[in-house]
Amino acid sequence: MSDHDSAASVAQGHAPGTAHVRRGSFLKYLTGLCFAIVLTFASFWAAETHLVWGPGVPVLLAALAIAQMGVHVVFFFHISTGPDDTNNFLALAFGVFVVGLVVFGSMLIMSNLDASMMTIDKLMQMQR
Amino acid sequence: MSVVDTFTRPGEAKGEIPFSERGPASIESVAGFGFWLFLLSDVVMFSALFAAYAVLSNHTAGGPDGAKLFDRGFVLLETMCLLLSSFTCGLMALAIERKSAPATYLWAAVTFALGAAFLGLEISEFLRMIGEGASPTRSAFLSAFFTLVGTHGLHVTLGLFWLLAMMAQVATLGFLPIVVRRLLCFTLFWHALDIVWVGVFTIVYLGGLA
Repeated sequence: MSDHDSAASVAQGHAPGTAHVRRGSFLKYLTGLCFAIVLTFASFWAAETHLVWGPGVPVLLAALAIAQMGVHVVFFFHISTGPDDTNNFLALAFGVFVVGLVVFGSMLIMSNLDASMMTIDKLMQMQR
Repeated sequence: MSVVDTFTRPGEAKGEIPFSERGPASIESVAGFGFWLFLLSDVVMFSALFAAYAVLSNHTAGGPDGAKLFDRGFVLLETMCLLLSSFTCGLMALAIERKSAPATYLWAAVTFALGAAFLGLEISEFLRMIGEGASPTRSAFLSAFFTLVGTHGLHVTLGLFWLLAMMAQVATLGFLPIVVRRLLCFTLFWHALDIVWVGVFTIVYLGGLA
């Protein structure tokens, strides 16, 4: 019976940023900061550089931004894919899915509408 | 209990209490998870503003465009302020874990100062742009810009007030479990603002969608 009494205090998973065991440490935050600073400078460098083929720059910027967001999630939020983190990680995955739908869906629909819309000059010609 | 272990699921050590028998999660887990869901919904709201900006960023109506208005050195400075404040916020979380009030005040003060510096830089940038005739009413691009970046700035402002309120609670109530929970939620909020800012400087200031 004592097993079940203690069972009530055992959490089912834990909140982001906390744990029964300590997860944050000075070293972890420092590592995260270093990664984030390097990635930030890399982003600002990539936007200015001529070393990268022009149309490739946005792809590079996107990769750097996603990497930096990943660094923040892992080193500052302490979210992992471990069994205790299932709820947090699933919520994150759903959030990322909705964000992707909203952003890319809007851009796709609007560019499609834009492409099929008549230009002003053509409209003026028809009115004559 | 010498029951034969017939059903050990992934993630459960042998002999551990199974998930189904552990009872409800602790209040720390529930509060933190709930706040995590709120943060994700906040990020979804930002994604709508990002989508609006992405769609409208080329519609300058003959007015100034991003390349003319944005000063990247200035934005790098803003970014560093926010990034360092996120780091010191993490150090504050460690101080809270140790229940050390002086260290908590110290890192909270540094976090507040860096956040306020970020906000000051952002407001001065907005005022400069409006002074140059690039106000939110000038073009669809500028409306989208001020909405997106302004909403982020509003979040930072709320975060600063929240931090002040939390420090008052630490001073008057001490490290009660409920105060510690609120402080945890604050640190998560502050880290989330930094993640949104990564999207802002990539897409808005560096033209990541061009």
